[in-house]
Amino acid sequence: MTVVTSHRSPEVAGTAYHPAAGGHGIAVEIDKFNLWYGKSQALFDVSLAIEKRMVTALIGPSGCGKSTLLRALNRMNDLIDGVRITGKIAIGPQDILDRGTDVIQLRKRMGMVFQKPNPFPMSIFDNVVYPLRVDGVRDRRLLVETCEQALKSAALWEEAKDRLYESALSLSGGQQQRLCIARAIAGNPEILLMDEPCSALDPMATSRIEELIDGLKADYTIVIVTHNMQQAARVSNNTAFMYLGRLIEYGDTDGIFTNPTEAQTLAYVTGRFG
Amino acid sequence: MMDGRATLRVPAPSRAPAARPRHASTDLAALGEPYLWTLGGCLALGIAMVAGLLLLVFWNGALTFWPQPIAVLELAGGERLAGVETRGGTYRPRPDVVAALPPTAQAVVAQNRGLVERTLYRTGNFDLYGDDFRWVSSFQIAGIQYPTDMLFVERLEWGVFIGRLRSFQVGAGEPVQAAVSDAAFQAAHAVARARAQSIRAIERHEIGRINNTLERERLGARRVAFDHGEGSGEHQAALARLASLTSRLEQDYAGLAREVERLKAMDAQDRARFADVGGREKEMPLSQIVRLYAANDLNAVQQVAIYLARWWEFVSDEPREANTEGGVWPAIFGTLAMTLLMVVVVAPFGVVTALYLREYAKQGRLVSIVRISVNNLAGVPSIVYGVFGLGFFAYFLGGSIDQLFFPERLPSPTFGTGGLLWSSLTLALLTVPVVIVATEEAIAAVPRSMREGSLACGASKWQTIRHIVLPRAMPGIMTGIILAMARGASEVAPLMLVGVVKLAPELPIDGTFPYLHPERSFMHLGFHIYDVGFQSRNSEAGKPMVFVTTLLLITLITAMTATAIVVRARLSRKFAGSQF
Ligand SMILES: Nc1ncnc2c1ncn2[C@@H]1O[C@H](COP(=O)(O)OP(=O)(O)OP(=O)(O)O)[C@@H](O)[C@H]1O
Ligand SMILES: [Mg+2]
Repeated sequence: MTVVTSHRSPEVAGTAYHPAAGGHGIAVEIDKFNLWYGKSQALFDVSLAIEKRMVTALIGPSGCGKSTLLRALNRMNDLIDGVRITGKIAIGPQDILDRGTDVIQLRKRMGMVFQKPNPFPMSIFDNVVYPLRVDGVRDRRLLVETCEQALKSAALWEEAKDRLYESALSLSGGQQQRLCIARAIAGNPEILLMDEPCSALDPMATSRIEELIDGLKADYTIVIVTHNMQQAARVSNNTAFMYLGRLIEYGDTDGIFTNPTEAQTLAYVTGRFG
Repeated sequence: MMDGRATLRVPAPSRAPAARPRHASTDLAALGEPYLWTLGGCLALGIAMVAGLLLLVFWNGALTFWPQPIAVLELAGGERLAGVETRGGTYRPRPDVVAALPPTAQAVVAQNRGLVERTLYRTGNFDLYGDDFRWVSSFQIAGIQYPTDMLFVERLEWGVFIGRLRSFQVGAGEPVQAAVSDAAFQAAHAVARARAQSIRAIERHEIGRINNTLERERLGARRVAFDHGEGSGEHQAALARLASLTSRLEQDYAGLAREVERLKAMDAQDRARFADVGGREKEMPLSQIVRLYAANDLNAVQQVAIYLARWWEFVSDEPREANTEGGVWPAIFGTLAMTLLMVVVVAPFGVVTALYLREYAKQGRLVSIVRISVNNLAGVPSIVYGVFGLGFFAYFLGGSIDQLFFPERLPSPTFGTGGLLWSSLTLALLTVPVVIVATEEAIAAVPRSMREGSLACGASKWQTIRHIVLPRAMPGIMTGIILAMARGASEVAPLMLVGVVKLAPELPIDGTFPYLHPERSFMHLGFHIYDVGFQSRNSEAGKPMVFVTTLLLITLITAMTATAIVVRARLSRKFAGSQF
């Protein structure tokens, strides 16, 4: 396999591209990350730095490894048998890929929203406060307050406040997805990982969630995987384009969409492929 | 190999395949209709068979206790016979029997191509006739009547008596002519029954308690001898205590025995004199009569009352007459207790095993082997489990327990023989594969997205299992437990080796310390069916009991299963809503 450092950036191959200064610093630094599912390699030497309190979009054709990369950040890939990794993913001074990392604590620092809404079969209230409950919080007042705040941030409060103790499965698909977002932020994480959060939603619900993301980025570092170019252009500050397991290009969103340096990126964002 | 700079490959539009002539209509096989019909037919057949069986059991079982009229037959030879019609049939009499018949009867037989109809009558009066039943051929019958004074008398011994009441006497008084409906007779009967019951209570409970205390003290003294040595100071003291206690208890016993003696003497004086249809007399103590009624003189209310009273006796009383009469309460209790104990053991054991296999064990060859073995366990003949249970639980485990905790009772075993506990454990072993397989499937069916959602919230593996996986899997797990329960409750073969007996007067729970006696052998409805139907002296008399007991067993299992299903429904509703 010819290893080609395919992301063309102003710096030397192998070093992460650091977006324009003036941000809030680096939240996660991924360095030469490789991942294999059994014998087949899914990610090749991915290096990228995710900025604090910014929205970073991962785009690329289906199967290029966006979800895999996202799931590496909270080590969800650990659950899959036969996954092997090399490289480094650092949050501050800590390499989260270290054997010694407390994965449960790590996941408590991250909220994750999945492609398909996956509310638990319990009441809306119990769903939202689940991260607190598993963290050992028993104080009823705190739970109720957190639930209200999280639902408000997820723009679900008005619809759900009168039915908090009804089953979450009685919500519509879009409401369920917002519930999952509320759940993801209820634990007060630093980083929000979203894997195609709008793929199952209609345009109205999608725009609500986009507004939501816009509001949330003041407090959270958000990494979002999306297939929707307009969405990436609308919500994100930085965009990474991936292809066949490699990071092709990474930069601020305007640059990627208006003036990409790579031919592949151009082909993808202009819709000639994908 | 992929060059990073290569342009993206855009898939070329594929060409449509060449056109092909279409069939005018979809053919039958493609629609699957014949398979559907076959399936439907098989299903209908299966349902019909199950329904037929249930109907048979239900019909026979439900009718057994209904009071039937007593027919008095005038036979051709001038003999009279009284009995309850049981069932009919045809048979082919020997030629010489036919030849001896009057010509009109011969003509009828010839018309039926040599076949004769006959009816089985339950005549009762085993003590007089030496038999309970008699076949009567149609040509023997000269006339049938249903006299209103014929009585159906259920007795404690000798089964049923069918005949007329002549007279009765109370105390030292003279015999008085009476009918069953006379208030004086009924009062005397009630008094005699109550007295008999108090005799039984004294014998069973008070004398039983004295015996128990004595036995316990005797064992206690032996225990002291074991602990401190034969003839040691402690042993001497214990023996002295035992001696004084014995003499005191013996006085109590003598007092009770005198009381019983007195009551029995009174009991023997209250008597009734009956006569069978031919006039043969039979005298019996009133207390021996469980119930008597004029079978041909009952109105609907009385019939229903007798019917219900018999059912009540059946489910609440102890068996008598080699289990063919009386009730099956000990068997009901034994079946229930054993099944519940089994569920209590099998449910946690099976669920924990399945959880470990599915969630924690590394999925490799070893786990596959374990899984295959568990599945195969379900196919081992149940009698093998019985042998294993006897050898491992009763002899090995129970024997060790006896050695350790009950040395003073040896050589008579306490736990070292079949009993309720060992039966439950054996059946738990027998049914655990069902629970494991069902639980594993239920756990595997919990969507991956749910587990990932929980883990992504920072839940540990155990929290995820506890709050997400188990609640979701609970209905499936309950289904497994229900199946296991139904299987266990209806299993008989292994129990015959590990603790079921024909007659166990003492229930595994009673008022004597320590109240729970899991080591005791017990009765079981399934075994009761086998015993009454195939092991009793009088199989014809036992036959109705087989149906009734079967009906009861089916009802019991259905009731237990239904309870579990209700619990399952409530659980799944609860877990679908809020939890924690
Ligand atoms: N559990 C797995 N086991 C083996 N291979 C996997 C597994 N999950 C993903 N892959 C492979 O890894 C590659 C990247 O998958 P990934 O899910 O990250 O793609 P993606 O970019 O998220 O695609 P999509 O846009 O369709 O969601 C794919 O080739 C996929 O087949
Ligand atoms: Mg994906």
